[in-house]
This record gives sequence, C-alpha cells and structure tokens, in this order.
Amino acid sequence: MIRNQEQQAAQALVREIKDLAGKHAKRVRFMEVCGTHTMAIHATGLKSLFPDNIGLVSGPGCPVCVTEKHFIDHAILLAKKYDATVVTFGDLVRVPGSTGSLASWRSEGGSVRVVYSPLDSIEVALSQAPRPAIFLGVGFETTIPTVAATLKTALARGVENLFVLPAFKTIHQPLKILAEQQDLDGFLLPGHVSAIIGSDCYRYLSEDFGKPGVIAGFEPLDILLAVRDLVRMTLEKSPAILNDYPRVVRPLGNPVARHIINEVFEPADASWRGLGIIPGSGLAFRESFAKFDAAARFPVDVPESKDDPRCLCAAILTGSKTPDRCGLFGKECTPEEPVGPCMVSSEGTCAAYYKYGAV
Amino acid sequence: MTKKTNGRVLLGHGGGGKMTGRLIRDVILPRLDRGALGPLPDSVVLNGLGSSIAYTTDSFVVSPLFFPGGNIGSLSVHGTCNDLACSGARPLFLSLGLILEEGLPLEQLDSIVASIAAAADDAGVQIVTGDTKVVPKGSADGIFINTSGIGKLETGVRLSPSRIGEGDEVLVSGPVGNHGMAVMLSRAEFSFDFDLKSDSASVWPLAARLLELGEGLKFLRDPTRGGIAATLNEIAASTGKGVRVIETSIPVDESVAAAAEILGIDPFQAANEGKIVAVVGKGLGSKALELLGDSPLARDAAVIGEITATNPSKVVMITRIGGSRIMAEPSGELLPRIC
Repeated sequence: MIRNQEQQAAQALVREIKDLAGKHAKRVRFMEVCGTHTMAIHATGLKSLFPDNIGLVSGPGCPVCVTEKHFIDHAILLAKKYDATVVTFGDLVRVPGSTGSLASWRSEGGSVRVVYSPLDSIEVALSQAPRPAIFLGVGFETTIPTVAATLKTALARGVENLFVLPAFKTIHQPLKILAEQQDLDGFLLPGHVSAIIGSDCYRYLSEDFGKPGVIAGFEPLDILLAVRDLVRMTLEKSPAILNDYPRVVRPLGNPVARHIINEVFEPADASWRGLGIIPGSGLAFRESFAKFDAAARFPVDVPESKDDPRCLCAAILTGSKTPDRCGLFGKECTPEEPVGPCMVSSEGTCAAYYKYGAV
Repeated sequence: MTKKTNGRVLLGHGGGGKMTGRLIRDVILPRLDRGALGPLPDSVVLNGLGSSIAYTTDSFVVSPLFFPGGNIGSLSVHGTCNDLACSGARPLFLSLGLILEEGLPLEQLDSIVASIAAAADDAGVQIVTGDTKVVPKGSADGIFINTSGIGKLETGVRLSPSRIGEGDEVLVSGPVGNHGMAVMLSRAEFSFDFDLKSDSASVWPLAARLLELGEGLKFLRDPTRGGIAATLNEIAASTGKGVRVIETSIPVDESVAAAAEILGIDPFQAANEGKIVAVVGKGLGSKALELLGDSPLARDAAVIGEITATNPSKVVMITRIGGSRIMAEPSGELLPRIC
C-alpha cells in the first residue's frame, strides 16, 4: 500500500477507536497473545496512538519466553555429556540458564549451530555425523509442523544422528486459564498460529468465558482493525470470535499441517514459565517417532533450577504486570545481560519495551 | 562485565553495540589510554607532526569472504578510507596486514588482492606497507585483514558532536542496510534469492562535497556495525540532545526491506559500508542534498530528521503510521562477522 494511504487509514481507525473508547465508562484491557503482535505493536509505535483507557497487555505467545530455565540447563548438560551439537533458532542462544547461556557455553568450546528453519538441522546433522545433533524443539503450532516434517524427512533419508529435545507448546489450555482473569476484557488472537489451527476453535472464549477474540494480521492496519473490533464488541457486550485476517486464516485452519503434527506427536503436559505445568498444553513423541526423542535417548540429571525471585517474567507473561514495573528492567536486565528470557527473545515483551519504548 | 559472560569473550562483544563498548571501557582503556584514545574516535588527528594528519585502523573478519557487491579485500580498503573520510580527511596511504589460514586457495587470495588493488586505485589511496602471516588450519577462517590508514585533513572545521545543536538536520547519503543484509543472505545457511548487493564503497567523494558547507557541517559518521540506529544513538548520547527521525524519510531499498522482514532484522540496525550519516546546521539539509547532487554514491540521499531539545540522549522515530517510539542502540550478537 502507498505509504500515505496507509497513514490515512491508520489515522481513521485510531479516530474510530478513540470515539468508541470515549463511550467506555471504564478502562478496558486486551491481551495480545502472540509475541509477534507485541513486537509489531511496539515497533510501529501503535502504543502511542491508543487512548488512555484502552490497555494492551502482552501474553504468553512468545515461545522462548515461556521456555523454562531448566530446558536451557538440560540442553547444555546433555550436549556436554554426550558431546553433541546443539541446533537451535537464534533467539534461544542468549537465554540465561542456571550457569550460563548457550552463547557462553559456545565460548567455552561448546558446539552450537543456529538455523532459521528446522529443515536445515538435517544438513547440520549430516555434516556432524556420527556426532549427535540435538534440535531444541521450542515453538507453537506455527513451528511444530515444520519440525514434524523435518523428522519425517530424516526418517525417510535414514539420518541417524538427529534428535529433538521437545518443549513444544500449544495455545488453547493457557488461553483458557487466562480467560478466567477478571481484568482481561478480550484477546487479540495470533495470526500465524491460527493459520494452522483455524478460527473456529476459539469459540470457547466467547461462549464459555464471555470474552471476545479477534484474529489479526501483523501489519499496523490489521492490528488497529482488530483492536477496534475488540473495543466495539466489549462496548456492545456482544462477545464473539472474529477473523480479521481472512487472507491467511481459514475457519478450519490448515488440516494438512495439523495432520503432520498428529502423525509425529501426541498431547502431553507441559511446563510453562510463569504458568507452571498445564495439562495437555504440550506435545510428546508418538511411539513411531520416539527414536528422535533426545531426552529419552540421552538421559542426564538436570538439577532443579531457580529463577531470580526479582524477575517479573512470570507476571509479565500472564499480563498482570508490565515490564516497566520490574525493578530489574533496563538496569540489571538488558538485552546484553538479560535476567529473564522476555528480555532476550526477539518477540519478548521486555525486549519490545526496551527496544521500542514509547515516548 | 564478566558477571554473566562467565569471564570469557562472547561473540556479542564484537557486535559494535553496548557489549563492545563495555569490553573496551573495562578491559582496554584502563590500561592503554594516555589521553588520545579515551574518546574512542574512529580516527584520530595526530598532533605534533607539522600538518594535519588523520590516522585510523580497522580489522576485517567478514564471513563469507565473498559476497554480492564485494569481498573482504575491497571491504578492508573501503572501511578504513571511510573512517578517515568521516573525520574530514582525504585518504592517502594504507597499510595492509594479512593473516592467512593454511589451506586458503591461492586463487581466492589472488582475487582478494585484485579487489584490494582496484578499490585502492578507485579511492585514490596507495598501499605503502604491509605484513603477511600464515596460521595453521583452524586458527583463522580463510583470511583476516587489518588495514591502517593515513589521511590529510582537508578542512579547518572540526567535525565533532560537541558542535551539534538543536534544530540541526540529520541526513543519510542513501538507502540503508544493504551491506548487512547482503552479507547475511550470502551465508550458507540461507537459501533465499534476493537481488541485493553490498554498498561497499569509499565515501570520500561524498564527504568532500559536504565539507563545502564549511562551519555548516557538524558531524560525519559511516554507519557500519549496528547501522544507522547505532550512529544516531551515538549522536544522541554524545550530545545529550534528542534525535528525532521520520521513518518514511529513511531510504530503504525494497529488496532490503523484504529480506529484513523475512530474517527479522531491523534494516536500521544493519551495517552499511558506503554511506554516511551527516549532521548539518539548521536549514542546511536541502543545501547538503544539493551538494551531494547527482553522485551515484548518493542515490536517494535524504534528510531523515533533526536534533531536538526534547527526549535528551534518546533517538525517537515517528513511525510510518504516525506513532512514535524509541529507536534503541543495537545490542549484542545481532550480526556477527559482518565486516
């Protein structure tokens, strides 16, 4: 779109949101579930355009942020013990574990390879063979199909030294927990995840919890449109699930991608930073793919890890605090020396506040 | 500094951002600073030599060695020439230190040296002294290069952030982020196909034109590692004033914007090797653009913002939809081995 057309359209939507917000007696709070939305909202300066009584808080949809410190410890200890190469998305490299990050382990001679697609881990594994290559399986429904496809390819090609340390998460169970929070009035629902799981599956939000949800794309106009619809539905007390991203998200999502997830994985409990163990919110390997499970194949004792009690990542991930309320923010905790993963991840709420702070 | 780095150097210490700054302040300056080094200039004016001589040094470790638009050889000439140019000095002489890894194909070395020669001729500098070392396989990555440069100051005007004042205008000499994105995309791990080249070039011709502004030219910098975000933050931090830029005024090539979006890299944080950021006096922005004129090196040059009294020491960007936010200093291991 031509730039000034976009700006005019944005201004018109902002005016509409302000008009609607003016009719609200109280402050309303919506949660953007997805970290990519958090980043887009801050990077485009949208936060500076919303009226004071419309609050947007960030949710748990940043895969790196909800990954426990224990997982980083596990990866490093496993790789040390079995002389393995860790293959990972770049975001995880600087997430602090109990005794250091993958970056600091690499500086001590550890083997860490950053990939942009899980499929690349096959080439990494082949180049390292017979040394084990351990892909760190972090991500939501968007990432999981590619990992599943990678493992099917690895199986077909007879790649014997590629494994996955799984910490995958699925979005519905935590969303149900968050929907019970009284002070959240609605949800800006993820665009990429919904492309896989579809728009129909969120109905419980409006039907069981009486909260509206709008699926949005990642351009500023997409987000403004969705916020307008959330403000309107809240005002009219007519909660529903709207799909404002129909150019990508279908009612039933992407059945092919879901099928491939189901071939490789089955539902399991998962531990979320900030939310604890949530039944049925993760994935484990099915029997036929169990040979790829790094945790089972390479047993290692991982001591219990403790988070810095002053770090508010947990409260930030559930939308109950904003980063500027954390005593560590910008002082002891910066992107160079992060205390919690929310400051490291390119989708992390603290990183967004730090990099793209409002003025 | 060593608190969370386990007492070792991390890749992030080479990113050109805050971590690099801390490493230099904590480990290097306390032992070496006898006065001239403290301000950490990209190049220094040598006193006591009778005429106005500027001196600088730079090392090059880019990976891969060859990328669209150049290679480590041409880059090692341009990078050092540009540090001189941005202090207002015409680049004249370079030293060339080569560290070669056992096994480097001679054919590659030859084409790197040929690029050094072509870039030096083009920039009007002579390679006047040099050194070559070879290290065992595994002790380097093909070739590392160090160049030092000597240039002659062509102006009596001191280019310094201390001369920057409220209302001064900030301009950039062309589209940003091309070098960083071109190098990233030419790495083996990417299989994207973009029509995108490094902007690696000597910017002295541009600096020379801007020097015609005399007192009106306050400051020049080549926005390499950390991109214009690092340079603008350097201006904000060293002046204590605010820098306000308009996103839609900052030129970005479409191919760079597309690649940046896919890789999740901010083009304003991606390195440039043939651009300058200039601060000129209030009202002189259009005159500066006129001086840059039709130079092919200054395609799409633009005034991108101004110095403000508000938001001291911060860079604020007015976004394309009219919102505003901070443009932070890049940190850590964004793009290792980009130059």
